[in-house]
Amino acid sequence: MDTTVATTGTEGQKWGGGDTKPLNASYGKLMMWFFILSDALTFTGFLAAYGFSRFKFIEEWPIADEVFNHFPFLHGTDAPMFYVALMTFILIGSSVTMVLAVDAGHHMDKKKVSLYLLLTVIGGLIFVGSQAWEWKNFIAGEYGAVKTKGGKILQFVDVNDHKKRVALDEFASVGPRDVEPYGNNDGIWFESSGQYNASYTLQEVMEGFKSNPDITIRTQQLVLNEETGASEKLVLSRADALAKLNKDAVSVVEGANLTENEYGAPLFADFFFFITGFHGFHVFSGVIFNIIIFFNVLLGTYERRGSYEMVEKVGLYWHFVDLVWVFVFTFFYLV
Amino acid sequence: MADHAAHSDGHAEHKLEIFRGLVKFKSNTQKIWGVLIFLSIVTIIEVALGYIKPDFLNGTFLKLKFLNWIFIILTIVKAYYITWDFMHMRDEISGLRRAVVWTAVFLIIYLIAILLVEGDYIYEVYKSAAVSTDF
Repeated sequence: MDTTVATTGTEGQKWGGGDTKPLNASYGKLMMWFFILSDALTFTGFLAAYGFSRFKFIEEWPIADEVFNHFPFLHGTDAPMFYVALMTFILIGSSVTMVLAVDAGHHMDKKKVSLYLLLTVIGGLIFVGSQAWEWKNFIAGEYGAVKTKGGKILQFVDVNDHKKRVALDEFASVGPRDVEPYGNNDGIWFESSGQYNASYTLQEVMEGFKSNPDITIRTQQLVLNEETGASEKLVLSRADALAKLNKDAVSVVEGANLTENEYGAPLFADFFFFITGFHGFHVFSGVIFNIIIFFNVLLGTYERRGSYEMVEKVGLYWHFVDLVWVFVFTFFYLV
Repeated sequence: MADHAAHSDGHAEHKLEIFRGLVKFKSNTQKIWGVLIFLSIVTIIEVALGYIKPDFLNGTFLKLKFLNWIFIILTIVKAYYITWDFMHMRDEISGLRRAVVWTAVFLIIYLIAILLVEGDYIYEVYKSAAVSTDF
């Protein structure tokens, strides 16, 4: 080798590739850092696109703590953000067990490394499960709404108390149908029955609305409350609401999917599914990595290698997943 | 094997001070729990503010409410402590720190500034358009 390498005058110095590593970190760790950098930029792209759409529709974006207000075993209780806050604590907690595993690895303590890795895996699984539950609630929806020709959402509220939402079930009733719905024993799992794609038809909702003078409509429009300075959804008077429904309503929306969203702008649902889904996929991959190195630790692979650096590298990835969640939490649930 | 020895030596010393030396921990494990407590307090403050939404934070600066500025700043504080103490960026040499953090910070600010300004511009176009988008 000596004969083929020209003398550059850097021998023995850092950039000469001598004994010392230029950034004082192993190749693997350095590459993990640069992977994390590029992945961070990917998430930035997504969140910045979300910010773009939000600024574009700044006056009609859904209010997040009205959307995510469920808590397990507390049905009907308005618990805005508490569950996601709990999820945040779970993920930060699993970050802590991971960093404890890394620390135990520095002390070559196989028993502690495996224990902390196991706890990290459990934390990760609880988090992914919570996210699935969150998706389920979002997809199922809660109150139901009506969509207009322009794709805007009209929600129902109490005339006297604008903060009190009214669900479709509370005023609409199922009328006669010319199609028999499939039952469980018909042997057909799923087949669309044309116009009946929601629990109620638009006709039934309109009739219920007309015969119930206590409800009115809330639009997507955000207006400034002069007294408090807070942004609130615009509530129409009963007369305006009737006129609006007669003129513009086209269909009934229940829950959220990629094309419509009972909570407001469909884009909100699209970004929610895409960004939390992509993050959830990262958590899931992280759990798989953690399980693999957990078994390697049990088998004594790193003990024989003389270094637990692999735990450290996977740990970096796991902390990054936590780091991204901190931002997703802020931009989807708080801001 | 010489590499491994050098490596573990490099990590035998963790920097144990946070808040610019205001708090100094006795061991790395103790620092981890200390940072966890700090991150939990910040998260609790965020959730409490998001729940109460105090009226006096409804004023705006650069098109964002004060409340939202507080959320964003607290988030960056949390991100700093996760990166510095959980990912041990504090113990890396400045070259590695800068290669990763400066690149990210520069590109993120650039991307966000461009997209948010553009989003706001399109909002203004829609708002002053002759054709209504609300029907």
